Amino acid sequence: MGVSCELGFLNMAAPLSVEVEFGGGAELLFDGVKKHQVTLPGQEEPWDIRNLLVWIKKNLLKERPELFIQGDSVRPGILVLINDADWELLGELDYQLQDQDSILFISTLHGG
Amino acid sequence: MVSIFSLPRIRRSLPFPPRPDPEMPAPQCASCNKARAALRRPRSGQALCGTCFCAAFEAEVLHTVVAGRLLPPGAVVAVGASGGKDSTVLAHVLRELAPRLGISLRLVAVDEGIGGYRDAALAAVRRQAARWELPLTVVAYADLFGGWTMDAVARSTAGSGRSRSCCTFCGVLRRRALEEGARLVGATHVVTGHNADDMAETVLMNFLRGDAGRLARGGGLGSPGEGGALPRCRPLQLASQKEVVLYAHFRRLDYFSEECVYAPEAFRGHARDLLKRLEAARPSAVLDLVHSAERLALAPAARPPPPGACARCGALASRALCQACALLDGLNRGRPRLAIGKGRRGLDEDGPPREAEPEPSGPPASEPVPAF
Repeated sequence: MGVSCELGFLNMAAPLSVEVEFGGGAELLFDGVKKHQVTLPGQEEPWDIRNLLVWIKKNLLKERPELFIQGDSVRPGILVLINDADWELLGELDYQLQDQDSILFISTLHGG
Repeated sequence: MVSIFSLPRIRRSLPFPPRPDPEMPAPQCASCNKARAALRRPRSGQALCGTCFCAAFEAEVLHTVVAGRLLPPGAVVAVGASGGKDSTVLAHVLRELAPRLGISLRLVAVDEGIGGYRDAALAAVRRQAARWELPLTVVAYADLFGGWTMDAVARSTAGSGRSRSCCTFCGVLRRRALEEGARLVGATHVVTGHNADDMAETVLMNFLRGDAGRLARGGGLGSPGEGGALPRCRPLQLASQKEVVLYAHFRRLDYFSEECVYAPEAFRGHARDLLKRLEAARPSAVLDLVHSAERLALAPAARPPPPGACARCGALASRALCQACALLDGLNRGRPRLAIGKGRRGLDEDGPPREAEPEPSGPPASEPVPAF
């Protein structure tokens, strides 16, 4: 866990390996693929959910982005779990990603 | 340093709970004070772990059923099962509660005849029935309604300007089909999986349509079974969508979550978006709206006239035919039509005209879209 400290002198966060998962119908916007093992490149700013969403939109989202992202957040009605805990407990968009985190997006908007 | 989140607190009256520090781990569960909290409950703001949340969720459904006297001991309960999240959670929770309630369960699934969609959903229901060892009966539109499948209805309505109202047609027929299926399995009660968000959307839609009759009827947790219909209730009516989905997640329930191939009811989409925005500003908005409808009373002049019986099937109807019979009649005559709120004309020329208000037995337009 945690960002590698050897790279601290470069003032760069190391690349992160995280699991991104979609469920509850949200996977339909991602070619039906639920689990994605992704590597986020090193960058100056620490990775948080806000810029993870930008990354997802650019790299994973296949169709109808407005059904997943609205403004700089997820569409209302999509739940976000960070390591199986509600993101509302963890700072939502401001949560800083750690290596090996798992982020799950569940749509509540599909069927009943 | 003691996290402020480890202190039990009730945030019922605070629309904006303080934002947690992104550097801090999730707080402790406010109930067991041991495990890390896994969610914040939308209504109370309380932070609970997965185990305590699931226990609380089940206890609340139990309370809804017992306090409302919805399912008496000895009841044979037909659960409308669509394979989707709501009916999956409902069936699972009632199965947990069945011994304490003294009820027995039957799953009833409706095959609407929607190619490529319903087959996958029914497969999910079959898996659930097998895993939970519950008897399952599937009733099909085609068998019940003289060969009409939803695909055939959609083709028939395509050019009539009513193609967007597939959900409404389907809602009327599904309600009837579920009733027939429940009778087939000897049920004394019917339960459906409508949650608080579904109900709040419906209340909002009825308000926006000025549909006072439906608004007044929509309150409460179900209908006692007028006009010979089986009593119906919605045990999840006070549970938020978020909690239904998280319950399914923490209990690892397998459910079906694909979009129906027919366009969803457009107006409900607007109501849902509006509700989501209201909820962001005031987390209790959903439940407050459900309670508002419960407390509503119509002025005598605004009350719809007492319903009569459908000339064809005997169900409650405010016109000569109930909505399901009127719909099938229109389809068979090649003039698919359906009454939605006001402006219903030409359906039952041969019957005595009553007020053009929809009958209490079938609220399709205001019935939540989710299958059950």
